[in-house]
Amino acid sequence: MSHEIVEKNIGLMAVLVLLVISVGGLVEIVPLFFLKSTTEPVEGLKPYTALQLEGRDIYIREGCYLCHSQMIRPLRAETERYGHYSVAGEFVYDHPFQWGSKRTGPDLARVGGRYSDEWHRVHLNNPRDVVPESNMPAFPWLNEQLIDASLTPRKLRAMRTLGVPYSDADIESASAAVAGKTEMDALVAYLQNLGTVLSSRR
Amino acid sequence: MNPEVIFSSAFWNWWIIALTLANILGCWWLISWSAKKVPGEAAVGEVTGHRWDGDLQEYNNPLPRWWLWLFYITLVFSLGYLALYPGLGKLPGLLGWTPQKQYQEEIAAAEAAYQPLFARYAQVPLEALSKDPQAVKIGQRLFVNYCAGCHGSDARGNPGFPDLSDHDWLYGGDPRTIETSILDGRNAAMPAWQEVVGDAGVDQLTAYVRRLAGLEANANLAADGEALFATYCAGCHGSDAGGNQTLGAPNLHDRVWLYGGSAASVRESIAGGRNGHMPAHREFLGTEKVHLLAAFIYSLSRQ
Repeated sequence: MSHEIVEKNIGLMAVLVLLVISVGGLVEIVPLFFLKSTTEPVEGLKPYTALQLEGRDIYIREGCYLCHSQMIRPLRAETERYGHYSVAGEFVYDHPFQWGSKRTGPDLARVGGRYSDEWHRVHLNNPRDVVPESNMPAFPWLNEQLIDASLTPRKLRAMRTLGVPYSDADIESASAAVAGKTEMDALVAYLQNLGTVLSSRR
Repeated sequence: MNPEVIFSSAFWNWWIIALTLANILGCWWLISWSAKKVPGEAAVGEVTGHRWDGDLQEYNNPLPRWWLWLFYITLVFSLGYLALYPGLGKLPGLLGWTPQKQYQEEIAAAEAAYQPLFARYAQVPLEALSKDPQAVKIGQRLFVNYCAGCHGSDARGNPGFPDLSDHDWLYGGDPRTIETSILDGRNAAMPAWQEVVGDAGVDQLTAYVRRLAGLEANANLAADGEALFATYCAGCHGSDAGGNQTLGAPNLHDRVWLYGGSAASVRESIAGGRNGHMPAHREFLGTEKVHLLAAFIYSLSRQ
């Protein structure tokens, strides 16, 4: 009964279990760190501006990713509505990425340019003002709270540590770029930039 | 996008192939090794030696053969799958399948099915198209998908976003103009007058504009506002305040208010200006879909 050897040696069994379950990660995840299409930005991709980066932090803070994905799958039903399917190279400057996994609201991967800035302001202040059927919460405080400009250079520096190519000049001018801006300004700037690097006719 | 798999080093290609195959073969070995005992070899009644509740014992029979075979079948399946589909490093698989290719085929099939319809409708003038029930229905579907976010799913607009179902038009309601508005977008430019006319001036203009529309406002203020209007506002809105569709300047006599007609809203429009922006859809949707959208919107105003 050879299976007894495994079943009665818990150490051996642990080693074998570890081997088996690590193969999936070693084969499917580790090589992605060395794959060109996941590590190199698509042509034309720019790091977020200071204001957009602050807007991204608002997006994360308010939990937008819980109801909005940023991942258009290569299916016609999706690309007709949202535009060109997402590719990995669009997200190399996203730390962490905001792909999300649930769509209570629509996908936002290419929402940039779809609506006017004013629409976003009205909509975020109270979604029912422009979409009566909407069940999205209102975010009126974004109009009142200012971005803390003293933190912005540190955020850019942290991103640079993670590989985003910010220059010293970018970091130096970051505070000035967000000074006096509201969280609404930042979030709208972030949203209007989403997915604009790739375009296709819908 | 580029479907080619390009690693920073060829090592990773072989890493995937070697680990995947080693894993499958390892599973194969593990099963055959641990199931060494085949049916028939088992001594009938052989037990593991465990004993519970005094007389409860456990047979040590080998796995049923059908069960064992299921394990082997999954292994054979995985090898077959890896041969047919991409999975082993850069090997493309015998079927040549890629998600990009499948997507392109899906798009091509849809193009073949719908393109003739769009092409045929593109030749039909908007007046005639707006009376074609099928075209209007397609236009309506497109509207709900691409336009309802601002103009509402019933096309009746929202504050700041025009009602398309009424008969009032900022830039003109003839079919060609509607189509142009959708294709190339519109950018309104109502300047802010706070700095120019001051608080008192804004109050006077607000009163004057409200009275133009027959709404209640202080007559004295309105009288003072008339001169200011002639100086600053008549250039775009016209000396009779009838509006100018070339500029998108609204008629101020009707009671159609894009941003609301309350004293506070009118005041805000005058003091801070308004810069409505309709995005262009020429590149976004293409002229053929816009043609159907224009037909749908034109049909609304003719109901």
